Amino acid sequence: MRKLFLIGFKDLKLVFRDKAALTFMLLAPFLLTLAMGFVTGAYGSSGSSGISQINIILVNRDGGQLGQALVDLFQSADLTDLVAPALVSDPGTARAQIDAGEAAAAVIIPDGFTDNIIPTNNQAPSGEVLPIEIYKNPLAPVSAGVIQSIVEEFVSRVETGRVGGQVIVTQMLTAGLITPDQISAIASEMGQRQADAVVQAPAITLQAAQSGQAQKAFNPMAYMAPSMALMFLIFTVSNGGRSILLEQAGGTLPRLLVSPTNSAQVLIGKIFGVYLTGVVQMLILIVACSLLFGIQWGDPLGMLVLVLAAVFAATGWGMLITSLARTPGQVSSIGTAIMLTFAILGGSFIQTSIMPGWFQWLSRITPNAWGMTGFTILGLGGSLADLGITLLGLAVMGVVLFAFSILIFGRRSFAQK
Amino acid sequence: MSSLLEARNLVKKYGDFTAVNGISFEIKEGEIFSLLGPNGAGKTTTISMLSTLYVPTSGDATVDGHSIIKEPMAVRNLIGVVPQDLALYDDLTARENLLFWGQMYNLSGKKLNTRIDEVLDQIGLTDKAKQRVKTYSGGMKRRVNIGVGLLHKPKLLFMDEPTVGIDPQSRRAILDSVKELNKQGMTVLYTTHYMEEAAELSDRVGIMDHGELIALGTQAELTKQVGEMETLILHVGENDDPERLAVAIRTLKMVRKADVTDHTVTVIVPEAEEALAPAVTKANELGIKIHSVDMREPNLEAVFLHLTGRALRD
Repeated sequence: MRKLFLIGFKDLKLVFRDKAALTFMLLAPFLLTLAMGFVTGAYGSSGSSGISQINIILVNRDGGQLGQALVDLFQSADLTDLVAPALVSDPGTARAQIDAGEAAAAVIIPDGFTDNIIPTNNQAPSGEVLPIEIYKNPLAPVSAGVIQSIVEEFVSRVETGRVGGQVIVTQMLTAGLITPDQISAIASEMGQRQADAVVQAPAITLQAAQSGQAQKAFNPMAYMAPSMALMFLIFTVSNGGRSILLEQAGGTLPRLLVSPTNSAQVLIGKIFGVYLTGVVQMLILIVACSLLFGIQWGDPLGMLVLVLAAVFAATGWGMLITSLARTPGQVSSIGTAIMLTFAILGGSFIQTSIMPGWFQWLSRITPNAWGMTGFTILGLGGSLADLGITLLGLAVMGVVLFAFSILIFGRRSFAQK
Repeated sequence: MSSLLEARNLVKKYGDFTAVNGISFEIKEGEIFSLLGPNGAGKTTTISMLSTLYVPTSGDATVDGHSIIKEPMAVRNLIGVVPQDLALYDDLTARENLLFWGQMYNLSGKKLNTRIDEVLDQIGLTDKAKQRVKTYSGGMKRRVNIGVGLLHKPKLLFMDEPTVGIDPQSRRAILDSVKELNKQGMTVLYTTHYMEEAAELSDRVGIMDHGELIALGTQAELTKQVGEMETLILHVGENDDPERLAVAIRTLKMVRKADVTDHTVTVIVPEAEEALAPAVTKANELGIKIHSVDMREPNLEAVFLHLTGRALRD
């Protein structure tokens, strides 16, 4: 066990003395994040989120003003650039469309949503706001998060209006300004005004009410920084795998194998070195981006566990590449190709949510896509408990890849005996 | 002296190619044993098997009674290996390299630090111990490469052509250090294709060619095989054909053998001085200019030539 750590820490030390490797591991992702920030206007006065035309499906089962108000809100001019709503009548159809990856989320407004808040026909409302269902596409967590925020804000304003209305009506009644038989008409009128107000000022409402949280969720740097870090993590793990073949060619691996160190210790030590390097790289980038870009990564424990899991899966890919390659040069070539492919598939350059369903499923072979999902969950306020599926996905990926790699290493005879 | 290493019918095959073909020999405790042979003779493959890096196709060897096949870990604890190619981490300093490799040999703490200081002193790099190896000259790197093999005070040290590609001064230092280590009691298996090194260092020599051990013994025993023959070496010009000269020289009565290597004709004769004049005459007759002449008494080069019909540098 001691030798395993010694080999791993020796490799970490060597990487941090290699200027070329450091440039790719730390400087390149940092500069790319910065550049992407400028390209997407993260530093511009517009404050553009970089997210646009989110496909959503609206199902309005409510016959009242408030259900229609929510539909109008999504169809309003203020949200034209952000969302592209489509109306369907059946919740089942909407959910199926989400399952097929056709939109980021379905917003299903329940029957009686308005009636439960605004009294009609002299009937008192129940006083409870019926929940609006948001059926999310798990492959589009950022976009689904945006939709959820809008709906939550709407519900929040409706709730505020309902409570405020109750107080006003009660005080007017107590003061003798209205009679009990006028309550229903006044409450109904107030409800209509409330619905109109929500629709008329949606943009202001969203910005004002969600200031702190929304800024965190939609800071484009919070999307770009992890995506670039994950992209260059693939470089790090393939470069680490390359070091195994370099040591073999350079004579240090055979020398290790004639010392009282068995080949399993050497191989696991080398893998540990790759893993350790990946973890250190990710943590440095995360801390640097926090300090320099002000990115909030969310729950620290969740972030740490996510990094450990993402690097585990990425190291699995690094080992598979190394086990398949014959020379250090081949590892570099394959590693670079996989780095770029995974970056595209995993959403480092293009959001996967706007891609076809098959593309989104294919992206799940990459640590990038799982990692991005995890970072997004944490960025939107999630915690370690919310990362279950993401961590499981990364762990399964790592285990499968390591199993394949060890099988291939075994067949190739690691020690060239 | 008891045998520290015993190799029995070691064979290593790669597909149809046989790199080492059934060699057997012993190394006695406290001696310097050299394997002498040209490049490709199988010396490195032999050391790789003996140091447990490669598993023999057949045969076995023991180091201090431990089988290289059945007890590789026990063997590794007893041996030190100085590989032919530098096996160091260029981005680590000499001290860091020694520290890492010492830890791989289960050394630690004060004992390891003391050993590192001793080895640095031994290889003459105490002053430059904190410089990264990549800043060193070839000779200095070679010395660190040797130092790594000495850290754990092995009973048996394998040195695989440690002087290849270095300057004469560093070569001299390495040869002296091998002798010094041997004086201190270390048993050494040394491979080389330089006859002079084997002659200077070795108590006994094994001559290898094409994967086989073709001769084995002390220098005196080996040179007896060529009788009292001496060697006459004629160096001809780059534009001359040494083969034509060799053919002509072979017609001389006293000549036992004449072979060509590059621009050199190596002639085996009972008296080199006596053969010089007729050989030069032959050269003049053919219009071949002789640039220089060497005459040598019976040596390992002559033994190799005698046994294989080729010069050692082939």
